[in-house]
Amino acid sequence: MTATMSATAPARLAEQLAGTVRLTRLAARRDRWTAVAWWAGLGLFVAATTALFADTLSDAAYLEQETRLVATNTGMRLIGLTSGPTIGGYLLHREFVMLAALAALMSTFAVIRHTRQNEELGRAEVLGSTVVGRYAALAAAVIVALATDVVLAIVLGLAIVAAGQPVAGAFLAGASIAAVGAVWVGVAAVACQLSSTTRGAAGAAAGALGAAFVLAGVGNMLGTVDEAGLRVTSAWPSWLSPIGWGQQTRPFSDATWAPLLLAAAALVLLLAAAAALAARRDLGRGLWPERRGHGSAARWLLSPVGLTWRLQRGAFVGWAVTLGAFGLIFGTLTEQIQDLEGDAQDWWTQTGGSDVVVDGYQASIIQMAGMFVAIYLVQVLLRMRVDEAGGTLESVLATGVTRPRWVAGHVVNGVAGSAALLVVFGASMGLTSGPVLGDTAGLVADLVGAALAQLPAALVVGAAVLAAVSLAPSRSVPLGWTVVLAALVAGPMFGPTLGLPGWLQDLSPFTHSPQAPAVPVTVGAVLALIGVAVALVVVALLALRRRDLTLPV
Amino acid sequence: MSGTDCSPGAGPSAISTRALVKEFGATRALDGLDLDVVTGEVHGFLGPNGAGKTTTMRVLLGMLRASSGEVRLLGGDPWRDSATLHRRLAYVPGEVNLWPNLTGGEVIDLLSDLRGGLVPSRRSELLERFELDPTKQVRAYSKGNRQKVALVAAFASDVDLYLLDEPTSGLDPLMESVFQDVVRAVRDRGRTVLLSSHILSEVEALCDRVTIIRNGRAAESGTFADLRHLTRTSVEVETARPAPLAGLATVRDLAVDGDVARFSVEVADLNAVLSMLVSYDVRSLTCTPPTLEELFLRQYGDRLDGSAVFEAV
Repeated sequence: MTATMSATAPARLAEQLAGTVRLTRLAARRDRWTAVAWWAGLGLFVAATTALFADTLSDAAYLEQETRLVATNTGMRLIGLTSGPTIGGYLLHREFVMLAALAALMSTFAVIRHTRQNEELGRAEVLGSTVVGRYAALAAAVIVALATDVVLAIVLGLAIVAAGQPVAGAFLAGASIAAVGAVWVGVAAVACQLSSTTRGAAGAAAGALGAAFVLAGVGNMLGTVDEAGLRVTSAWPSWLSPIGWGQQTRPFSDATWAPLLLAAAALVLLLAAAAALAARRDLGRGLWPERRGHGSAARWLLSPVGLTWRLQRGAFVGWAVTLGAFGLIFGTLTEQIQDLEGDAQDWWTQTGGSDVVVDGYQASIIQMAGMFVAIYLVQVLLRMRVDEAGGTLESVLATGVTRPRWVAGHVVNGVAGSAALLVVFGASMGLTSGPVLGDTAGLVADLVGAALAQLPAALVVGAAVLAAVSLAPSRSVPLGWTVVLAALVAGPMFGPTLGLPGWLQDLSPFTHSPQAPAVPVTVGAVLALIGVAVALVVVALLALRRRDLTLPV
Repeated sequence: MSGTDCSPGAGPSAISTRALVKEFGATRALDGLDLDVVTGEVHGFLGPNGAGKTTTMRVLLGMLRASSGEVRLLGGDPWRDSATLHRRLAYVPGEVNLWPNLTGGEVIDLLSDLRGGLVPSRRSELLERFELDPTKQVRAYSKGNRQKVALVAAFASDVDLYLLDEPTSGLDPLMESVFQDVVRAVRDRGRTVLLSSHILSEVEALCDRVTIIRNGRAAESGTFADLRHLTRTSVEVETARPAPLAGLATVRDLAVDGDVARFSVEVADLNAVLSMLVSYDVRSLTCTPPTLEELFLRQYGDRLDGSAVFEAV
């Protein structure tokens, strides 16, 4: 009996994994450009950012001052762990959480793409009817996603080395970031068994990522700073978070690989759990029951504006919470900013357009918020392309809704949502800088006004995206994101640092955005930006009236 | 009611296209289509895949602009007056794409409200007859159930014209029969239906007239009786003495088995052949009119040598 069991168990496992190699090759082939885009994007970003920090923080005293600033400020500790005054350490303080989150998303999307999404779109059914074992799709997705993470670790290491940082630290940093990605291969594998939809699985994995961020951030906030004020020792919550494990390797000071063992152990446990769950569910289904909804529509849903709001509100709430949190953090930082000296002070006064460092700080932070809101606006407006290419537009325009009214549904949501986000940011920044500067009520009003003054520049970007959707529908998504990216790079945050020529910087609407509250808002600039936005919207509407819809065949 | 040159049928025309052309770059999706749908009829719209049925629907809805030719719908121009006309029609697309996170009930309310409203009693009646659970999210519906959502959203509104693009391809036979009842009820109220379909029994059961589209133009149009006249009848005849059928040019597909001969003949030539047969002492005779399948196989089959036909034209 035992003999037969031991003989058949491996055979049965082999049967359940049948076809894994073929599916892995299929997944790798489908992912080849996506993966290259992730590696190139993250690698170039890390190389450029490291080089930027190496350049601006080349003075050791200044580096120490900046490091002390991020180590001693509670708000800044939320977004990173400080390990000492090194360029690499500063890079990881500033960017580790974001890079780790992106690596986690890269892994999550890859796993979902090759498992749950295949099931949702019915491809898995076709594949499953061939010689393919129960675990083959999951195994193939995990193999491809983990391989992508391994390459990412190497690419990021090379990027940091290319920017002139120590080799050992660079590759440990790359591995620490990719390790977070690897853990999310496991998280996504489990999420795909639980939820029956792509969205549900992505939501569950993103929720876990949010929890990991909060645990790591709170652990660092509650941690202790050494006497020199240059190194933070995290409190216990950090050790519950995969992001925390990645931070604890401290590649450019302690350089210990040990915390990555925790990540490896978590990955193994999660994959085992996913396999166990996969054995208990049907193809196309999850373990969680499907949710029921309302049998009839609420009154407010029954218009293009209401429909767009319904489809966007989740994203809006996410943005509002994020911008509100950042507003609160940047507000608390005002105290440290007041005490800045030398180069650090110069940067804020230059970008902020004021001799008073706090004014310059507020103006440039609020301009940054305006740029973030422009990204939100682009995201909302590109939904129009999703409507059209996905075919839902066909049903809407077959009713009494005109094309301009359909556009208006998105524009109203985009403009109102952007304005609301700016108000949230300005108000929350005012709330926490009030205790430092006095007159909280007045500050809130000033900063809300300054934030709203950023809306016209964002609207220009949004209107350009609208024109892209109308004039070049099939290319509107890459075009739209290129427009935002170009406007950001040529704008006041990066343009001067990159030494771009003046005319190029002038092309970015953000260059003309008011530097409020440091500089009084000039009506002329605001009206000019609004005028450009309106002109682009008119062009977009005229073009849209004349063209065929590009519906799915 | 303007410029309606409706030759066939009695009533005014709900839809009329003349020499309708739609080009996508170098591709000619519609190549001079003439389509006439009379008010109050159920009109079948048939054709092989890629013949231009969906393109026609989208031109009729003002989503695509005609490259040339004339299109009238409910007395208006579907491109210019689309939103006004859309208040008087309901459309079920061939591929039903809906918002995955809305429930079926929400979609039904949304689409009918954007069209101008629905009849609440009809909504609940249709939900019941189609056995559709409106509280499920769209992503949880099967293809057939998504189609039912679109059908309920369309038929819950009382409009003049229903445009249905292969609306039953995902329905089971029971739901197919519910669908046929619903279409008949709509016709009984004097509404017009343009039904594109692949299911011949459905077309035969529902449609007053049909138009067959092939390579972007109308190949045939008329009642089933009209269409049958255009094609051959199968004859099986037993005669006391062998009849010299092989000598007749109008007789095709001849097979002789002793006293029994089987052949096919154009309906117009049937009388001549029969009177000749009588003189050879007919013992038994069976005439079978062409089935719908034969009719369409003949029409669709021509597609293969369609290029030759068009070159000849």
